[in-house]
Amino acid sequence: MARSIKKGPYVDHKLMRKVDVLNESRKKTVVKTWSRRSLIIPDFVGHTFAVHNGNKFIPVYVTENMVGHKLGEFAPTRTFKGHSK
Amino acid sequence: MARIAGIDLPKNKRGVIGLTYIYGIGRSRAQEILDASGISQDKKVSEWNDDELSKIRGYITAGVKTEGELRSEVQLNIKRLMDIGCYRGLRHRKGLPLRGQRTRTNSRTRKGKRKTVAGKKKATK
Repeated sequence: MARSIKKGPYVDHKLMRKVDVLNESRKKTVVKTWSRRSLIIPDFVGHTFAVHNGNKFIPVYVTENMVGHKLGEFAPTRTFKGHSK
Repeated sequence: MARIAGIDLPKNKRGVIGLTYIYGIGRSRAQEILDASGISQDKKVSEWNDDELSKIRGYITAGVKTEGELRSEVQLNIKRLMDIGCYRGLRHRKGLPLRGQRTRTNSRTRKGKRKTVAGKKKATK
């Protein structure tokens, strides 16, 4: 079930504020975030986010192709490496 | 012989069904095409005359993505998912289901034939 268009994209306010500050000051620092549920909007492109996966922060460099996905999609929460031989 | 989008359509089927032999055209798209060209859906493929055939061809080349073009688009979409390294892309790489289905059992369509792992001993009576 997709989100209603009427509501617009969902981005956590806290995260939005941090990115806005970065964009205004034209700085590129890593933004630490727990907000995996936030949609990647065009303003995010070019920034690096440290997305929490429940254990560690996974650095995610946002490119244009990623717009429209959620931040959490890029920080896997499971670590299955395959069965032992 | 009716040849559309590089596919030979079956001669003795109804038009709506015949068109679905083309990749990218299902029942509703076929109905839409025939309605737009003003051809009865019950008309057999072999009964189409050249005029009707060219109308159908025109409609498909103008606005419907089919066959190779569509296949490559689908492949590109999958490739994009894999390149950006998102969860769905990772699942594509591993050949596992993308949408949260269980993988403990089933999901054989994605995983292919069972690969039995030796080692589990049967309980002795």
